Amino acid sequence: MALVQPPEPIHLSARLPARAEPEQVPAVMRQKPLTPWLYLLPALIVMTVFIVYPGLSTAYLSLRDKSGGAWAGTRCVAGQPCWGLFENYRYALTSPIMRQSFINNLTWILVMVTGTVVLGLLIATLADRVRYEALAKAIIFLPMAISFVGAGVIWRFVYEYRATGEQIGLLNAVVVALGGQPVAWMTVPFVNTLAIILVGIWIWTGFCMTVLAAALKGVPGEILEAARVDGATEWQLFAGIIVPMILPTITVVITTMIINVLKVFDLVYVMTGGNFGTEVIANRMYTEQYTNFDTGRAAAIAVVLIIVIVPAMVFNIRRFREQEAIR
Amino acid sequence: MASVTYDHVTKKFGETTAINDLNIAIEDKEFLVLVGPSGCGKSTALRCLAGLEEITSGRILIGSRDVSNVAPKDRDIAMVFQSYALYPHMSVYDNMAFGLKLRKTPKSEIDRRVKQAAETLGIGHLLGRKPKQLSGGQRQRVAVGRAIVREPAVFLFDEPLSNLDAKLRVQTRAEISKLHQRLQTTFIYVTHDQVEAMTMASRIAVLKDGVLQQLDSPQNLYDLPTNVFVAGFIGSPAMNFFDARLNRGNGKLVVDAGTFSVTVPENKAGPYQPHAGQNVILGIRPEDIHDPNYSPPGIHQALVSARVEMTELMGNEVFLYLTTGDKNYTARVDPRSQARIGRDIQVAMNVDNMQLFDKGTELAIR
Repeated sequence: MALVQPPEPIHLSARLPARAEPEQVPAVMRQKPLTPWLYLLPALIVMTVFIVYPGLSTAYLSLRDKSGGAWAGTRCVAGQPCWGLFENYRYALTSPIMRQSFINNLTWILVMVTGTVVLGLLIATLADRVRYEALAKAIIFLPMAISFVGAGVIWRFVYEYRATGEQIGLLNAVVVALGGQPVAWMTVPFVNTLAIILVGIWIWTGFCMTVLAAALKGVPGEILEAARVDGATEWQLFAGIIVPMILPTITVVITTMIINVLKVFDLVYVMTGGNFGTEVIANRMYTEQYTNFDTGRAAAIAVVLIIVIVPAMVFNIRRFREQEAIR
Repeated sequence: MASVTYDHVTKKFGETTAINDLNIAIEDKEFLVLVGPSGCGKSTALRCLAGLEEITSGRILIGSRDVSNVAPKDRDIAMVFQSYALYPHMSVYDNMAFGLKLRKTPKSEIDRRVKQAAETLGIGHLLGRKPKQLSGGQRQRVAVGRAIVREPAVFLFDEPLSNLDAKLRVQTRAEISKLHQRLQTTFIYVTHDQVEAMTMASRIAVLKDGVLQQLDSPQNLYDLPTNVFVAGFIGSPAMNFFDARLNRGNGKLVVDAGTFSVTVPENKAGPYQPHAGQNVILGIRPEDIHDPNYSPPGIHQALVSARVEMTELMGNEVFLYLTTGDKNYTARVDPRSQARIGRDIQVAMNVDNMQLFDKGTELAIR
């Protein structure tokens, strides 16, 4: 969508020269055809070295075998399914552990994005109406300041279980205090994934809240008052006026969170290492590369991860541009 | 349709008193304008009536119902805001229909009312547009339309014209007056513009520092201001004030303003008698100071020497900025006047229309 209409072509060529004669421009100011490339060069070098080359290299490695020494087709085992050159992708897309990862990543998206956005919106809306707003927001935002590894370690103590001796986990302390038996939280499939997602929500809610709170502040007070006089209850005001008005921001927050969640690695790595059914795509990629030293599979997983993220990325950038255009 | 009563209403924000013991009885179908300088509490008074502010003490009645603790949505009022406060994500149609939808009005009835209101306001062709695609004047109409479709008992306007350009403002002013004629509903209108107040109101309430100064018809407010503040606030250019002393001489009362003095006409002297010998403030409107050559016949006039500091030709009249002694004042004289900058001239003050105010209380002496 172009905000600025291209100017009508002006047909004055009969009276005016189509373009200034080169001789009229002083020599120092004359631009050679190469000049624009010169300006672009630093960025092009950086992009080539750090984005384009690694990207192409990864794509290439994803088609090679474990050590990159031969094409992936050589890994095929007779009598077993084989995708030839795309053998690594067969692993990345169909192996049980990767299927588990896809399902877990989907769970992460559904639970964590919903959790952070809903909680963020709720807290932003409620904080907007209290006197100690700044303090409340600061506390909610605080986990953002902790590294994910740090957060993982902290929460591992909360979920800690010991087979023998005294229980030191906070959660088990609560369970025992309520008369239950201690549980090895990190080993119970699905429960452990939800438990790690909870840590993610704890960290990221502050981010969603901050962005959404800024959008809420942008809703003029008179519009809210007009709606109240018009007959809206506080709930109708929220659902019918506030949410539609900040919808562009909510969309951006959702897509940003989807991208963040798709890339999730640190929390899983620290808390379970991807064991007990908590595996996610990024952690699998790491494991293939640095535990199994299988460059081919790791590269294929990386390519798959990028392909999954790109649509969300494109959507996000578009939305962002549209918003900038409105301003 | 309903009357509105402010009964000893006080509103405090922390230590600050925004409205102090306000008592106004607004009749059904009346067009009441609340006017005053910024910070006088006029908007707060309106917002209290709308239910957007809680009152600290007193009561507000709409009809005979005490609405002091009733939510805005249940007060049967509609309000037009200064910023128009249109819902940016809704079309003009939906903006106008929003209040009715919330009240579960049947679709056909909503459609009828919205279209009728849009037709009246000349925005029928804009119903599908978003507020962003409208001009300021069109937005203002949508805001009014949104209020009309609700068919409320009382319409509230909070400086609805202040975001329009001068020409559109005059035009819209007349349209709102017409609307009031047609709807036959109570209108309460807040403005800081005394011209808006004078032209539209059936009665005007002048507020200052949260205190009601005077509540009267526009003409009475102009002719018989109750105190120095109202006298100075209503009318443009503002009334001239002179510190003076009321003296008795030769059986007549004379207002001695130091550099000049005027004799009080017999017919006005009565109420002034008890104040003889006291300090007073003499108030005289610019249009009551004439060029003696063109002063209307049959008035009691007092001639005063003055120096012309500035002139402003308006076409149908000339504003003279005059000095007598060290006192500056304004006159509004016939355009044929020969007064020029720097000249010493004689001006004729029409003493029939002069006002005297008590120096201490600043209240009019009547």
